[in-house]
Amino acid sequence: MKKNSAALRSIPGPDDIFRKVLPNGITVLSRSNFNSASVVISGYVVAGSLLDPLEKLGLAYFTALGLMRGTQQRDFQTIYDRLESAGASLGFGASVHNTNFGGRALAEDLPLLLSTLSDCLQNPIFPEAHLDRLKAQLLTSLAIRAQDTGDMAALEFDSLLFPGHPYGRPEDGFVETIKAINREDITQFHKKYYGPANMVIVVVGAVEPSRVIELIETYFNDWRSMPTNFPPELPLVLPPGETTTRRVVIPGKSQSDIVMGTLGPKRGAPEYLTASLGNSILGQFGMMGRIGNSVREKAGLAYYASTSLNAWIENGSWEVSAGVNPENVGKATDLIIEELRRFTSELVSVQELEENQSNFIGRMPLSLESNNGVASSILNLERFNLGLDYLQRYPDLIRSITPQDILETARKYIDPERLVIVSAGPKSSS
Amino acid sequence: MKDHITQTQLDNGLKILLKEIHTAPIISHWVWYRVGSRYEIPGKTGISHWVEHMQFKGTPKYPGGVLDRAISRDGGMWNAFTHLDWTTFFETMPSEKIDLAIDLEADRMVNSMYDMEEVDSERNVVISEREGSENDPLFLLDEAVQSNSFVNHPYRNEVIGNKSDLHIIQRDDLYLHYKTYYNPANAVLAVAGDFDSNDMLQRIQQVYGQIPGMKVSPPSIEHEAMATSEKQIEVVGPGETTYLEISYHAPAASHHDFFPYTILDSLITGPTSLNMFGGGGISNKTSRLYRRLVEKEYAISVNGSLQATYDPFLYNIIITVNPKHKPEEVLKQVDEEIDSLFQSVITQAEIDRAAKQARALFTYGSENITNQGFWLGYSEMFDRYSWFLNYVNELEKVNEKEILQIARAYLQPSQRVVGIYRPDGGQQ
Repeated sequence: MKKNSAALRSIPGPDDIFRKVLPNGITVLSRSNFNSASVVISGYVVAGSLLDPLEKLGLAYFTALGLMRGTQQRDFQTIYDRLESAGASLGFGASVHNTNFGGRALAEDLPLLLSTLSDCLQNPIFPEAHLDRLKAQLLTSLAIRAQDTGDMAALEFDSLLFPGHPYGRPEDGFVETIKAINREDITQFHKKYYGPANMVIVVVGAVEPSRVIELIETYFNDWRSMPTNFPPELPLVLPPGETTTRRVVIPGKSQSDIVMGTLGPKRGAPEYLTASLGNSILGQFGMMGRIGNSVREKAGLAYYASTSLNAWIENGSWEVSAGVNPENVGKATDLIIEELRRFTSELVSVQELEENQSNFIGRMPLSLESNNGVASSILNLERFNLGLDYLQRYPDLIRSITPQDILETARKYIDPERLVIVSAGPKSSS
Repeated sequence: MKDHITQTQLDNGLKILLKEIHTAPIISHWVWYRVGSRYEIPGKTGISHWVEHMQFKGTPKYPGGVLDRAISRDGGMWNAFTHLDWTTFFETMPSEKIDLAIDLEADRMVNSMYDMEEVDSERNVVISEREGSENDPLFLLDEAVQSNSFVNHPYRNEVIGNKSDLHIIQRDDLYLHYKTYYNPANAVLAVAGDFDSNDMLQRIQQVYGQIPGMKVSPPSIEHEAMATSEKQIEVVGPGETTYLEISYHAPAASHHDFFPYTILDSLITGPTSLNMFGGGGISNKTSRLYRRLVEKEYAISVNGSLQATYDPFLYNIIITVNPKHKPEEVLKQVDEEIDSLFQSVITQAEIDRAAKQARALFTYGSENITNQGFWLGYSEMFDRYSWFLNYVNELEKVNEKEILQIARAYLQPSQRVVGIYRPDGGQQ
């Protein structure tokens, strides 16, 4: 009992996560950790790739990458010189719903980190020469993506599973859509959609929350931009009506990557944790669960074969991925479907359930041992409205899940006869 | 850097390092063996990595499958890595569960079974792992550059091994390799986390102390002089992107030159993080080669890597070439930049900056108990743990003269290998 309560004390909760909403709409969350002299920041503004025009797909991402290329006060080299000289880092990226940021610094340099964040978000000037350079970098990344069997299988999988939906489109766009983006598009995107409303900043590390608030107020209080951000209505996504199989040919490769699966629950769905626990049994636990055992351990077909549950705001996907010799694509796919049939027709054993419950509960302190781990957990609590006490309630939520719950959830989402199956590799894929 | 470390050695030769950290109810337990690709002979490349895989296949006490279930059930995280100089196995567990890690690592140090069927099945898994790497043009390029950077030294081989060797290595080869190198006298046990050092030492003594030690004779590796003429090699493969890899020799981590070389790395391509877990990196946009190559649109990206190794290894610069330019033009720019470095004045501020970057990277890494366990053992594989403790101080002591001396000694074109990956543009 003593050990358990010690473990529980190290779990972030309402007693030690500080939360405040500033008058301009920014939500600040902070948790102190004085065990090491560093700080991590993490957060987002509500401007994601779902706002991209179809013919300019990649605009949110391009804009995010342009933020640190120069501001009204500082040029590109000055911004990076200040950060790199302090051993600090800051970066931006875009997902479907948000433009995300993350950074870290020694605690003494938190003001530098936050002032740079503020400056880049509020005052970027997007110099033309830098945008040209960035465009060349983005186009090269797309050329590299086109050669990556895992990336290409995932891209095709998403487009088949989420037709006409932003979840089915890549945040980094396509060659023709990146080429179509100009400086005006980027400055307009920034002007229209960036603002403090609904922005979230999490700060974790060797700093008192009162100091965090003081610094964020100093750097962000004057940000009053009121973006006209009305997210478009998203189309309804239906589960696959039949099995669709696609092969993406990438000549000259040694290995094929398989991505297959179907829709999964959204993060806010009541059965999310049940699906997550079931997913662990199916393709995570130990050496990649039942599917790893079948495809890697018993058949020796793959270096990796595992499952993932990707749950977002509107929807989710339940995926199996494997890297196999091109000749073994068919064999591996059959073994995976066999496991999906078993998973949707039989109750998981009590032993499997208990082992996985114990794993989920026991590993939580591990995921929270670094500032980064704590910051990303707190960001999820806020983003998905889970409540500040969620991590402390989590063990009981996990313990309450039964084999029947898992079977019902598996059946609700997975139909082994109606899947999207994509492989990417050389021509000889079977 | 003032943490209390317990260091001792059992009678069977097992070296032990313990570091108490009471910030979270977690313990990270690492066993390090002095075996990796450095210990391999021609025809048997990749055997150390394959042995690492076989160590997950079970013992009579913990049969395959039981092992991973046992760790996972207790909420643990575990994995293993094989590198040039070492192979390591770790478990990070809730502190009250750590006895399982101690017991199973001690058990598989001597009792792994190497079942014939498992060997064959794992052959396919390892080949599949290699084929996954072969999909990446940078793996193909690096493999070619590395093998041309040494004449006989086993560092010329990739850790995964040559495919032809992976087809012919047999069960008995694997078992012999295991029996030769896996024993307490050839191992370091590193434990970091929430424990009492006296109790932990007692538990370790009880379990590991019973295993007989057998001294392993070091491999006979001849010191290899640096090359006297530049080698240029080309790899042609799928894709549209051209890559350039420039490989200079680098000193062993225990050599004094390593510290000025670390500052040089920071100046030329930005600081390399040596952390395995946590910390992330620092961007390199103010480094000399980024400014020269990426800012001037010769390259899409440039990165450098300097590794801490037992013998002298390599400092690699990897460049993604901007499609507007030929790799030869990019190489010329690199040469001009390095030439200008030879002539330049390096300021104390630049040295202080590199030292602060190193301090920051170490601080980030110390958030993570697993990473602290990693450092306890890792530093022992190429030097001593004191190397890690003194690292930032040593960097602070470096002066401008030493950096220029090191640059002139190691970064001459005549001593390097240049590799170009030329895409076939879909001609396959």
